Amino acid sequence: MKSLTSPRPAAVPADAPPAAAAAAALDRQRIASLVQRQGVFAVLLAVVLVSSFVFPSFGTLDNARGVTVQASFLSVVALGMTLVIITGGIDLSVGSVFALGGVLAAWASQYGLLPALLLPLAVCGAVGLLNGLLIARAGMAPFIVTLATLLAARGLLLSLTHEGATTYLVPRGSAFAELGQGTLWGFGYPVLIAVALFVLGGVVLQRTSFGQALFAVGGSADAATLMGLPVARTRVLVYVLSGLLAGFAGALNAARLSSGVTIIGVGMELDAIAAVVIGGTLLVGGAGSVSGTLWGVLLLAVIQNLINQIGSLNSSYQSVVSGGFLIVVVVAQRYLARARLTT
Amino acid sequence: MAPPEAAAAAPPEDTDPAVPPAVLEAIGVGKRFPGVVALDDVSLTLRQGEIHALVGENGAGKSTLIKVLTGVHRPDSGELRLHGQPVSFARPYEAQQAGVSTIYQEVNLVPLMSVARNIFLGREPKNRLRLIDFPRMHREAAELLAGFGVTADVRRPLGSLGVGTQQMVALARAVSVQARVVVMDEPTSALEPREVETLFRVIGELHSRQIAVLYVSHRMDELYRICDRLTVLRDGRLVHTGDLADLDRMQLVSMMLGREVAEVRRHGVTGFGEGHRADREPVLTATGLSRRHQLDDVALQLHPGEVLGLGGLLGSGRSETAKALAGALPLDSGTVTVAGRRLRRLTSAAAIRAGISLLPEDRKAEGVIPGLSVRENIVLAAMPRLSRAGVVSRARQDRIVEVFMKRLRIKASSPEQKVGELSGGNQQKVLLARWLCLEPRVLLLDEPTRGIDVGAKAEVQALVDELAQEGLAVLLISSDIEELVEGADRLVVLRGGAVAGELTGDRVGEAELLEVLAAHGPGAGGGTSGDTAPDEAAEEEQG
Amino acid sequence: MSQLALRPGRWAGRLASPAWFQRYGVYAAVAVLLLFNAAFTDHFLTVDNLRTQLVQVAPVVIVALGMALVIGTEGVDLSVGSTMALAAALLPLYLGYGLVPALLVALLAGVVVGVVNGTLVAVVGLQPIVATLALFVGGRGLALVIADGQLKQIANPDLLSLGSGQVAGVPVVVLIAGVLALLVAGIVHRTTFGRQLVAVGGNRAAAGLAGLPVRRVLTGVYVLCGVLAALSGVLATARLTASDPSALGNLMELSAITAVVVGGTPLTGGSVRVLGTVTGALLMQLLRATLVKHDLPDSTAQMAQAAIILVAVYVARERRSR
Repeated sequence: MKSLTSPRPAAVPADAPPAAAAAAALDRQRIASLVQRQGVFAVLLAVVLVSSFVFPSFGTLDNARGVTVQASFLSVVALGMTLVIITGGIDLSVGSVFALGGVLAAWASQYGLLPALLLPLAVCGAVGLLNGLLIARAGMAPFIVTLATLLAARGLLLSLTHEGATTYLVPRGSAFAELGQGTLWGFGYPVLIAVALFVLGGVVLQRTSFGQALFAVGGSADAATLMGLPVARTRVLVYVLSGLLAGFAGALNAARLSSGVTIIGVGMELDAIAAVVIGGTLLVGGAGSVSGTLWGVLLLAVIQNLINQIGSLNSSYQSVVSGGFLIVVVVAQRYLARARLTT
Repeated sequence: MAPPEAAAAAPPEDTDPAVPPAVLEAIGVGKRFPGVVALDDVSLTLRQGEIHALVGENGAGKSTLIKVLTGVHRPDSGELRLHGQPVSFARPYEAQQAGVSTIYQEVNLVPLMSVARNIFLGREPKNRLRLIDFPRMHREAAELLAGFGVTADVRRPLGSLGVGTQQMVALARAVSVQARVVVMDEPTSALEPREVETLFRVIGELHSRQIAVLYVSHRMDELYRICDRLTVLRDGRLVHTGDLADLDRMQLVSMMLGREVAEVRRHGVTGFGEGHRADREPVLTATGLSRRHQLDDVALQLHPGEVLGLGGLLGSGRSETAKALAGALPLDSGTVTVAGRRLRRLTSAAAIRAGISLLPEDRKAEGVIPGLSVRENIVLAAMPRLSRAGVVSRARQDRIVEVFMKRLRIKASSPEQKVGELSGGNQQKVLLARWLCLEPRVLLLDEPTRGIDVGAKAEVQALVDELAQEGLAVLLISSDIEELVEGADRLVVLRGGAVAGELTGDRVGEAELLEVLAAHGPGAGGGTSGDTAPDEAAEEEQG
Repeated sequence: MSQLALRPGRWAGRLASPAWFQRYGVYAAVAVLLLFNAAFTDHFLTVDNLRTQLVQVAPVVIVALGMALVIGTEGVDLSVGSTMALAAALLPLYLGYGLVPALLVALLAGVVVGVVNGTLVAVVGLQPIVATLALFVGGRGLALVIADGQLKQIANPDLLSLGSGQVAGVPVVVLIAGVLALLVAGIVHRTTFGRQLVAVGGNRAAAGLAGLPVRRVLTGVYVLCGVLAALSGVLATARLTASDPSALGNLMELSAITAVVVGGTPLTGGSVRVLGTVTGALLMQLLRATLVKHDLPDSTAQMAQAAIILVAVYVARERRSR
């Protein structure tokens, strides 16, 4: 009764196929991984290069300064969103929190630079904390919790501004206004601050235990719990970070505009999500990078700028192109992610 | 009666007055879940440096006990002691900090993260700036894994490795923390023979470093080869604890099953009757079923009126074969022919149309729809047939549902009760009803009695018998060898995704099945009750 | 293992239990609001006021019905607001051929949006949030491109009568919303498609193994949602007497999701509560109206909505254990 067929290669574990096949599989993985991580950057580079030839006014330093300043606020919001999405969550409240931060900062700017920064950070951090506690401790769905705080933060903002009737102004020439409007080597402070935050964010994500915990929680919360990681605390913290970053971005934006505009930030959460997803971060969590998000934000900004350059085009084309881009990217992501995990 | 073949393996510590001190103790632990008493007054003592087997059938409470010991669950009653001091683990983290490491049955690591990151998650090596030192981490991970015979690139995502390798990574992680106790929940179920040898070598090293190992497995060879003492659980209660050497295999099996040895021998313990008379012409013929890494040219035939058992260890491709036949697993190649007609596109819908029904292994994830009523779960697959122009007919549904609830003795407060509120056994019967009301030709049963209570188990087994007598072709998969052997008229044995042998007629027996399974199987032991003893191997390992 | 789980005090805890609250809380809340207004608000329970409230809530109800179906499959459709805008933008272009062709074109736009969403979700396997995010972003842009960013006055009398007409004192818009609610309820409870939809939402793997056409069901659900959103866009346009693709349906996705969730449909799928959804939309509308009548600002209304959503979801959370 021992009709023994010896096991064939098909049944051998993935790490032990013949050397050549292994190398090929590894190569394919590496390529898929590379495209997934750096594909957006390549697209961005190509778009920028081509456009610089086609539109003389695009490739100028002035234009670059304009585009980057405009992108800097969304990028800071998207940075927080990246961290949240890596844990498998989502934060829809950032648009409202962004506007709230701006209003608070503009109001507090009459008392000086420090209050103008600390007040929005405190309040927006608290909104983030509320999100985090409801999600991580009470076990509610991130989507719906942050949807509620989206409404609540907007409501808070409206009640602070007498239903939007009052617009707080930032005192002219104050240090706070300078923070938003000043430049260094021609680049606005917001740009430099955003770059610094991204460098910091990258280091935290890739080189600290907290960053590793974010990936682990997003990759498999059960496994992370069993491996002894503080899953709930990590989750709470990431929503606090997202709130802080959104509020800070709002404050910066208020400094730049010299006022706390009440109607901004509507739909910003979805722009941020779009940038994060285009940047290669998986919406299911567990994989992603802050650099990708930066490229994603820049790509969206460049598209907008290009459509403005083509004067004849309706500015609405921007969202059409962005939407199209989003579809292409997420569909490509889906297949790349599959290729990465199969040998 | 079998001789205590692993006598050489067991250190004679029980008779020695200098018994090693206890490291981890569970004393009178109880744990209830809604509707189930998972553990009832269970005690277990793990001594320093011993390899302690924890055995029991599915549902005996092994997993719950492990989870209590490792801080996943908190006991409702009783206490844990570590080095004689009462302890209470609120989270797995605290258990790990206290030196209790665990390798779970299903790999519990993060597939998208790299191998090295997984190993060092939560305790990454840092440089002077308190940032993670990746070069060092990769180096240390590679060195660590080399000791486990794993040479894969530690920067690869864990999920891209084979399951066995992932298991070794989990083991490496568990051992590399300063563990004093390592709990292993069926660690060999997904391992290749070569990897099993490595695992045993590592366990030997743990033994020599005076680390206690709690080893859960239902592979007898392994237990007798490496374990010193054992604890047997049944239905959430402690049945026996003591030296393994004092117990032979039949005694152990009878303890696990809760039946007298003689009874096990003579009649078996299942609800199955005698054999069936099968037709000559097969109703289902499958050839060349292949899928990368999972199935390798599997071929089998099913005749009307027979129960074909599909034997094999976990990971041998049993479930995959069943799923492939039911069109639920995309194949690289292979054909399935039902009643002479070849299925062109193998999809679930096509297979069901051809009369193939699959009762999936994972009842919760792939079977019941918990929010729907018993009625709707039963008619789910048959709904289009019970509808007119897309509008469902309640009257027709009710008739069918009534018939099957009566026939299968489904215990529910009414057909409108939500399936999620039923017991496991009744859920399983609901699923059976779902398929039976389609009047299938072929019924594929993947672990039909796993996790259901004894009464329902016997009922399901009797039903399988009855269905075969009525002319249905049944494919039975069960990790309960008893059930498989008692229930099947014929056995096809899989190993490594390929057919390893077939047993027919008088050769359908436990010993014969074990022989085929063990012939080249993991552990290289191969001893069946009363046959040969793997003495040489055991001696080698106990160093 | 005992088969009979003991449940002491089964009746005692029932009235205030989360399960009860999730099931009937929304109706109770509407009743409380109405009672409150009957007692403390002047001119609230008048035919005129109620008619106004119903007319205002009708477009939300229609979108929310589609959203409830999508959420029943464990999905979400963020693109509904953009779909409304798209329908509104297309409408004036074809009104020259009469109401019916224009209506058909607008609804066709909803079908197209639904097919794209459904394909991305069901065939490509994207998460619903991402899949529908693309058309959320792109859809409104497309609408603006089609309309050239312009607000267009509507003069077609047929369309206008759709917006402001009445049948036996009941506004046509309300009537349509009511009929659609009945229709959707019928689909969910009485048709194969409806039951398959709930099964797919309850356990997709099991539904697939039971031979259900999972992809077709999912795509169909998104198409239905798209069509309902487009219809809502047409009706809203008729009420406004102008096609305004830049503003129409803004934040509609949030209102619709809120109505569904408050109405007791769990975000985890596997159940669709049609009457609850309609009542949820009504609750939000009445809440806002009540606050406005009492001179409480919009900001308070928003915060109150947020609180209601959180309570509704917190209660639902208790029942998620399965």
